[in-house]
Amino acid sequence: MEDDAPVIYGLEFQARALTPQTAETDAIRFLVGTQSLRYDNQIHIIDFDDENNIINKNVLLHQVGEIWHISASPADKGVLATCYNKTSDSKVMTCAAVWRMPKELESGSHESPDDSSSNTQTLELLCHLDNTAHGNMACVMWEPMGDGKKIISLADNNVLLWDLQESSAKAVLSSSAALEGKGQLKFTSGRWSPHHNCTQIATANDTTVRGWDTRSMRQIYCIENAHGQLVRDLDFNPNKQYYLASCGDDCKVKFWDTRNVTEPVKTLEEHSHWVWNVRYNHSHDQLILTGSSDSRVILSNMVSISSEPFGHMVDDDELSDQEDQHQEEKIKEPLQDSVIATYEEHEDSVYAVEWSSADPWLFASLSYDGRLVINRVPRALKYHILL
Amino acid sequence: MADGEAAGTDTGTDTGTETDTGSGPGPGPGPSWRRPHGPLQRYYGLPAAEAAEAAPDPIDINGPHFDPEVYLAKVRSECPLGQLLAREAALGREIRALDSDMQTLLYENYNKFISATDTIRKMKVDFRRMEAEMDDLAANMAAISTSSARVSAALQDRHRRGAQLAGVQALLRKLQSLVEVPGRLRRWAAPGADPARALHCYARARAVLRHYRHLPSFRAIEDESHAIMAELAQRLRARLRDDTLDPKELTECVEMLLQLEEPPEELCEEFLSHAGARLETELAALEAELPPADPSGAAATPPPASDILDFVDRGSSAFVGNLCLLAASYRSLFEGCPGVGDGRLEAFAAALTARYFELLERRLALERGLGDTSLLVRALDRFHRRLRALLELLPTAGAEAGAALVARAAGERVARYLRALQTFFLGCLGDVRQALAAPRPPGKEGPGLPDLLATLSSSVLGQLKAVLAYVQLFTTKDVAFASLPYFKGEFCVEAVREGLVVAFVRWLCRTARGFADSPTERGAPAAPPALLLLLARLCLDYEATTISYILTLTDEQFPPEDTGPAVTPGPALCAEARGAAQRLLDHYVQVQGAAVAQMLRKSVETRDWLGTVEPRNVRAVMKRVVEDITAIDVQVGQLFEEGVRRAQSSDSSRRAFSVYSSSRAPGRYAPSYTPSAPMDTHLLSNIQKLFSERIDIFSPVEFNKVSVLTGIIKISLKTLLECVRLRTLGRFGLQQVQVDGHYLQLYLWRFAADERVVQGLLDEVAASAAHRCLDPVPMEHSVVELICERG
Repeated sequence: MEDDAPVIYGLEFQARALTPQTAETDAIRFLVGTQSLRYDNQIHIIDFDDENNIINKNVLLHQVGEIWHISASPADKGVLATCYNKTSDSKVMTCAAVWRMPKELESGSHESPDDSSSNTQTLELLCHLDNTAHGNMACVMWEPMGDGKKIISLADNNVLLWDLQESSAKAVLSSSAALEGKGQLKFTSGRWSPHHNCTQIATANDTTVRGWDTRSMRQIYCIENAHGQLVRDLDFNPNKQYYLASCGDDCKVKFWDTRNVTEPVKTLEEHSHWVWNVRYNHSHDQLILTGSSDSRVILSNMVSISSEPFGHMVDDDELSDQEDQHQEEKIKEPLQDSVIATYEEHEDSVYAVEWSSADPWLFASLSYDGRLVINRVPRALKYHILL
Repeated sequence: MADGEAAGTDTGTDTGTETDTGSGPGPGPGPSWRRPHGPLQRYYGLPAAEAAEAAPDPIDINGPHFDPEVYLAKVRSECPLGQLLAREAALGREIRALDSDMQTLLYENYNKFISATDTIRKMKVDFRRMEAEMDDLAANMAAISTSSARVSAALQDRHRRGAQLAGVQALLRKLQSLVEVPGRLRRWAAPGADPARALHCYARARAVLRHYRHLPSFRAIEDESHAIMAELAQRLRARLRDDTLDPKELTECVEMLLQLEEPPEELCEEFLSHAGARLETELAALEAELPPADPSGAAATPPPASDILDFVDRGSSAFVGNLCLLAASYRSLFEGCPGVGDGRLEAFAAALTARYFELLERRLALERGLGDTSLLVRALDRFHRRLRALLELLPTAGAEAGAALVARAAGERVARYLRALQTFFLGCLGDVRQALAAPRPPGKEGPGLPDLLATLSSSVLGQLKAVLAYVQLFTTKDVAFASLPYFKGEFCVEAVREGLVVAFVRWLCRTARGFADSPTERGAPAAPPALLLLLARLCLDYEATTISYILTLTDEQFPPEDTGPAVTPGPALCAEARGAAQRLLDHYVQVQGAAVAQMLRKSVETRDWLGTVEPRNVRAVMKRVVEDITAIDVQVGQLFEEGVRRAQSSDSSRRAFSVYSSSRAPGRYAPSYTPSAPMDTHLLSNIQKLFSERIDIFSPVEFNKVSVLTGIIKISLKTLLECVRLRTLGRFGLQQVQVDGHYLQLYLWRFAADERVVQGLLDEVAASAAHRCLDPVPMEHSVVELICERG
C-alpha cells in the first residue's frame, strides 16, 4: 500500500466544521460537524488508524441545529463547543454551547457496532453560552494549553470571555468587549495566541485584523486593511511569538509580525479563490496549510519566516533571545519558500483544514460536500525536516 | 628553323599514331600520351621512362631503341602499297619545302654578315685619327700647369704678408670693441634702455674676457662689465617679482636672466610661481562666477549669470590659453637646463588643470535644467578642443580627467533626460487620469479610451524621439570629442541605449506594473480600472511593436560597436512588457470582478432570506450587475479584440437551453430532499461534479475581451455561490435566487467565452440555494421566465 495516498471519508451531509480532538495526543482523532437544515445534525468522531490506514467513525447526534463551528477542549477529551444555527419561525440565530460526549467515545477507537446509525448516541449538554444580548456566535475559542475553564466566543461585534464553572456546567461571562464603529461590524473569526501566557487573541472583521488583551479586554493592535477583501481566518505561529497568518477573499495568505502592522512579512498568492482557512503546523511552523473555495488544499513550506533555524536546532525557549541573531542568519542563507504540494482530492469548496493534534505530519481537510480527506506531509520533506 | 623542327615533331607524332593504330594495342603508352602537341619534355620524357621499364620497343620512332631496319620491315610488311606510295609522296613534298626554306634563310644571313664587316672597318679608320688629337691635348695641358706653378710661387710671399696685416687689423678691432664693452654695456643696461642688446654684447665679450683675464687690462674690463651685468641682473630680478608683468615680458626677463647664468632652478621656481599666481587669479575670476561651494548641496542657488558656453569660452581663452603659453615658453626657456626637474612643469600644470576641471565640474553641475543641449555640446566641444591643444604641449596634464569630465557631463545630461522622460510620462498619465475622472457633461462623450491611448503613446514616443535627437548632438561628426572611444562605443551602448532607452522602457513597465502590484488596499488611492486597462494595452503595444521600433531607431542613430558590451536584447524587454501587460489585465479583472462581487456579497448578506416575500421582480442589484458588466464590456471592447468564444449557438436555441437547465436545476434537487434519500443527494451532486470541469476563478486571462469578461463573470458568480451558502433561505428566498439566477443567465451568457461556465456556476448557485432552503419549493418555471422578461 502506498503510504502517502490520501484517505477519504464521506459524510452524508454537507459540513463546514472540523477540529482535531485537541486534548488527545496519542490517537489521531478529528471531529466533524454537519450542516443540514432538514435532518438531525451529527458530529462525526473520526479515528484514523495510521498503521492500517483505516478510518473508524462514531456518530453523535447534535439535534439543536446545523453546526457552523466546532472546537474541542484542550484539557478534557470529552468536552467540545459548537456554534450552531437555531431556526425558529423565520428567524435564524447562531448559538453556542459546550457539550460532553459519552464517556466511552472519549478515547479509544473501539469497534462500534456495524449498524452504528441505529445506535447513535447523543451529546450531553453542559451549558449554553447565553448570547441573547450579543448576537450571532461566529466561533468559540478555548484557552490554548489551559485547563479548559476559559473560553472566548465572538458574537457579532462582541468579544466574550467566559469562565466555565462547576465542571463546565455553568458558563459565566467574566468580561467582554465590543467593537464600535460605523456600519454593521461583525467578527468573522478569531484565534487565541499561545504566547504571552495566553493573554492575547486576534480577531478578524471585514478587512481588519485586531489583537486584544484578554486581561483588559482592550485592543492592542490593529492591522487595517490586512486583506483587500474580507479576512476569513487567522492563526498564530505556535513557536514564534508575534507571528500571525491571515487569509481572505483576495486569495492571499499573509504573514504578519504584529509589532509592525504596516506591511506583511510575506504574502502567498497560490489559490485561485477565497482562502477560508490557514493553519500552522503545531510543531514545525514552516508548514502552512491553507484551504480554499477553489477546492484545493495547499501545503506550503515557509522556511524563511519560521522558527526553524538553519543548520542547527534552537530550543523554542531560547528563541526569543535569539531572534535578532536568527534574523541575521536568515539574510545570510538563501531561503526557499515553496509550495510543497497541492491537494486536489476535493471537488467542492474546502472550508476547513486542520492538523492532527497527535501526529504532526498528518492533516485533515473538509469540503462542503462532506468529504473529509486525511493527508500526510510528503515523506521526503518529513525526513528533510527531521534530519 | 624552329618551324621546321616543329613540323618534324608533328610529322613524327603523326607517324607514331598511324603506326600504333596500325599495330593495335602494343606495350607502349596509350593514345592519350601521344596526342598532346604540348611540351616536348612531357612528350619525350614520360614515354621514355615507361619504355625503359617496359621492353625496348624497336619500332617506336621516337624511342631510344628505335631500329630503322625493324621499323621498315614492319611497315613494309604491314602497310598496303597505296598508303606507302602516298606516304612517300608526302615526304617528298615536305623535303622540298624544307630545302627552299633553308635556302632563303641562308641568303638573308649572308647579307647581314657583309654589312657588319663594313661597319667595323669604318670604325677602325676613325679611331686612328682621334688618337693623334689626344696626344696634342696632353702636351698643352702640361705646359699650362708648369706656368701656373711658376706664377703662384712668385705671388706667395706677398700674399702671406697681406694676410698677416689683415689678422693684426682684426685683432686691433676686437681689442677696440672690448675696450668699448663696458661703455656699451652701461649704455644699454641703463634702466629703460635695451637690456637685450647689452646681454648680447656681454655674451660675445665674455668668453674672450675670460680667456685673457690674466692680462691686467682685460681683467679690469671684465670686472667692470661683470659689475654692470650684476646690476642688470639685480634689476631684472626685481622686475621678475613685479606682478604686473605680462607673460611675454616675463618670458623675456627670465630668458635674459638665464643668459646671465643665473641658477636655472631658482629661476624656474620664480617663473612658475609668478605664472601660477596669474593663472590662479584667472581661476579665481572664474570661480567668482560660481555660487559658493555648498557641501550640503542645498537647492535654491541662483541661476548662473552667464551660460555655460560663455563660461567655457572664457575659461579656455583665459586659463587654458595662458597655460599653453606658459608651457610653451617654459619649454623653450628651460630646455636642456640641467637640474630643472622635468616633472616640475607637469606637476604644476596638473595641479592647475585639476582645479580648472573642478571649477568646470561645479559649473556643469549648475546646469540643472534641460536647457539647450546644443549649447552644452558646443561648450564641451570647445573645452575639449582647447584641452587637446594643451595636451599636445603637456601630455600629462590630465587627458583622462578631461575626457572623463566630458563623458560625465554627457552621461549626466542623458540621465537627466531619462528623468525628464519619466516626469513627462507621469504627466501624461496624470492627464489621462484626469480625463478619465473628469465628469462628463450629459450628452457629450468624453474622449474615448482609444483616443487617450493614442495620445499617450504618441506623445511619449514623440518625446522619446526628441530626446534621442538631442542626445545625438553629442555624437555628431563636427563635435571633436565625438571621436573619443567612449563616445563611439560606451556612450552609444551604455549611456544611450541601456541608460536611456532600455531604462525608460523598463521603468515604464515597472511603473505600469506598480499600478497593479502596489498594495492599493493599504491606503494609496487605487488607480481607476480604465487606467489599468489602458496601461495593459499600452504595454501590449510596446511588446508588439513599439519596443522593437525604438530599439531599431536607437541602433540606427547610435550604432553599437560589434565588440561593445552586451546589450539588453529586444525580446527580453518585450517579455517584461508582456509580463506587465498580463499583470495589469489580471489586476483589472480582479478589481472589476471584486467590485461586482462586493455588490453581490452585500446584497446577499444584508437581505433577510427567510422572511422575504414572494418574488415579483428581479432584484435591482442583479440589473445593476448586468449593467456594470455591459459597461465593462464596452470599455474593454474599446481597447481589446473580441476573442474567440466556444461553441456559439444561435440565440434562440441557446435561450431555450438555458431556460431548461436553470429551471431544472432546483427541480432536480428538490425532490431528493424528501426524507428517504440523503445518500442520493450526495451521490447526485458528486456525479454532477464529475462532469463539470474544475474552474479556476482568479486565473490569468488572455488579451481579449471575451477572456476578460469571462474572468469577471466567474469571479462574480463564484462570490454569489459562496455567499448563498452562508445563508439560510426560506421558500421565497429560494425562489428569488431562482429568478435572479435566471436573469443573470439570460444576460450574461453572451459575454462569456464558454457559456457552460456561466451555466455551471449558476447551476451550482441554484443547487446550493436549494440545499440552504428550509422549504425548497421552486417557483414555476414559466413564472420565473415571465418575471425575467418583465424585468
